[in-house]
Amino acid sequence: MSVRHADLLMAIATILMSLGLMWSSTDGLAIGWVANKGPGSGFWPFWLAVGMLLCSITTIVRWYLRMTPESRSDETYISRDAAVVVGTSVAALFALLAGIHFIGTYLALPLFLLFYFRVVGRHDWPATIMLAGGIPVFIFALFEWALQIPLPKALTEEWFYPVFDIMYETDYFWIFVLGAFALLAAISFAVRVLTQRREG
Amino acid sequence: METILTSLAGGLLQAFEPLNLLMIIFGCTVGLFVGAMPGLGSVNGVAILLPITFLVPPTAAIIFLAAVYYGAMYGGAISSITLGIPGASTAVATVFDGRPLAMSGKADQALTAAAIASFIGGTISVVLFTLFAPPLAEFALKFGPPEEFALMVLAFATFIGLGGDDIPKTIFSILIGLVLATVGLDIISGKPRLIFFDMSGFLHGINFLVLAIGIYGIGEMLWTLETTGGKVIVHKVRMTWRGFLANVGSIKGYIRSTSLGSVLGYFVGTLPAAGATPASLMSYGLAKTFSKDPDSFGKGNVAGVAAPEAANNAASTGSMLPMITLGIPGSPTTAILLGGMIIWGLRPGPLLFTENPDFVWGLIGSLYVANLFTVLINLAFIPVFVRVLTLPFTILAPVIFVLCIVGGYAPTQTMHDVWLMLLFGIMGYLMRKLNYPVAPAVLAIVLGPLAERSLRQSLLSSQGDVLVFFERPISAVCIALAVALMLYPLFLAWRRRKEREAAVSGKEPPRE
Repeated sequence: MSVRHADLLMAIATILMSLGLMWSSTDGLAIGWVANKGPGSGFWPFWLAVGMLLCSITTIVRWYLRMTPESRSDETYISRDAAVVVGTSVAALFALLAGIHFIGTYLALPLFLLFYFRVVGRHDWPATIMLAGGIPVFIFALFEWALQIPLPKALTEEWFYPVFDIMYETDYFWIFVLGAFALLAAISFAVRVLTQRREG
Repeated sequence: METILTSLAGGLLQAFEPLNLLMIIFGCTVGLFVGAMPGLGSVNGVAILLPITFLVPPTAAIIFLAAVYYGAMYGGAISSITLGIPGASTAVATVFDGRPLAMSGKADQALTAAAIASFIGGTISVVLFTLFAPPLAEFALKFGPPEEFALMVLAFATFIGLGGDDIPKTIFSILIGLVLATVGLDIISGKPRLIFFDMSGFLHGINFLVLAIGIYGIGEMLWTLETTGGKVIVHKVRMTWRGFLANVGSIKGYIRSTSLGSVLGYFVGTLPAAGATPASLMSYGLAKTFSKDPDSFGKGNVAGVAAPEAANNAASTGSMLPMITLGIPGSPTTAILLGGMIIWGLRPGPLLFTENPDFVWGLIGSLYVANLFTVLINLAFIPVFVRVLTLPFTILAPVIFVLCIVGGYAPTQTMHDVWLMLLFGIMGYLMRKLNYPVAPAVLAIVLGPLAERSLRQSLLSSQGDVLVFFERPISAVCIALAVALMLYPLFLAWRRRKEREAAVSGKEPPRE
């Protein structure tokens, strides 16, 4: 698909978007003057959406007249190489969000990171283990402990009861956080030694 | 003047409180890192880190974010010089002379000059900020709803007149940001509006962070993943104490153009559409024009590194002036800061100076301190930051993605918003590839609720008479300026066409 085609498709999409917004602004709302109450609640979004529609139509006219650089460009919109790396990232993000719904944040995050570091980045195992394990531990400490914002855990909810017990009932939770990091470092060091021995 | 000095002294004292000082040092370091990484700029850093600042009180939070903003302006130069890729768009002009200097083995000279120039730019602009902010806020106290609305129209008009992007697409970007801001319960009538597909997640509206993190976090990462295919070559930097002293000594050579660039950068920075990138380019041009040796620019002149770096730092301070005094952000980054202030329960605008003086003066005081600390941290750790640049992007990208997702969840704690954020990120990426500017949309979603309220209040008090915007002098001036800005691109196109016609008929040779 060339940039020229993409520009037209995007303009059509924005026209549909504007029409949709205009329609939903009139949905049970007044778009004009309401006696003694001033402009109705649909007034502002409706006329803004009309403006969006006019802009999109202007873009199409300019596209037809080949007035903009995008409407003259025959370059590929997204090259194959870009499509692979961007597509993989978007797919992985979709899987991550779906994973948060079903298996919880603290299972989905390591899996996402594992996939990204190993498959996309091709990093070695010790680095992958350290980061894919360490980042979720850091996120847990930051959100659940420091900010007190619980992230969705889905079916792993019960696994965290003992952790919460430690977190709320002792003042030394930071020791456990450091311990988790130390454990991860030890594992990744062990993996490094093992892989080196096998290669040697 | 005396009151300004006492307030400033109070602000400085506040900046030296342990928590705030810690925030400044931490923020500067993070900012330097964010600025130095290609693909991450001040706006990305502030958008992604804002949810985490709920950890500390508002004053400490804004001090942290302002320090990140500041540090990022310094940090951009590091990758411009050592990689030849601007670390953020604001450091584009630094590449012109920074790259040739690095290639000829003078990277340390360029880095030192950039840091010192940033410090000069920062200092001059902070002083200007301190002098201009209180009178401007006092003047703005007279503003009623019509003036507020006219001012916002003016802010958006700067994008049309000075943004330099495709005009219909710029207006579209502004309008969609404003419409997205109306989703949820109407603040005046209490009626639910634009609840798409009857999903209850839209009832609490679309938080500006959802759009900001979507576009500047996820969309930006996708964009950078696409563009950073090639390998990068880091230039070696050798720093010695004697060399450093010699470099500091060479300030004399560029101090005049740098100071001029700082003042220019500050005023350009106050305009919402202009900001740090054009300011640094203009400052570079200015330094070249006034130089005794303009031919050496682009081949490795230290003044060519210093001038844009001073200007982009000055512009970042400048963009805070309208945010603090008028409630109108001067850049996308300050738009996110403004949104953050609303979350923290502060009402941005002229009343901030009288109602929350601690907050305002704490911020101003912290700018002085942050400026000092950033230059020290920067100079001390240049070798470390250069090492960091070799970090593969496949490690940084997933970490940023994870921060975006948990950060997008934090403000409202619904997965609905996280999905929406991903959608905005992908849309932003696709639209950006077609030259739709994204910054106006982010500014619009922050200003949207304020703009709608002031418009409806004005119309209500005037009984629907639109003339209210033209009868009051301040608002009439703003509207007139806005109309002039909107017509400016048309005027340019008309003149260009006329010149082309003249060139075709052969009466007059074309100029450039």
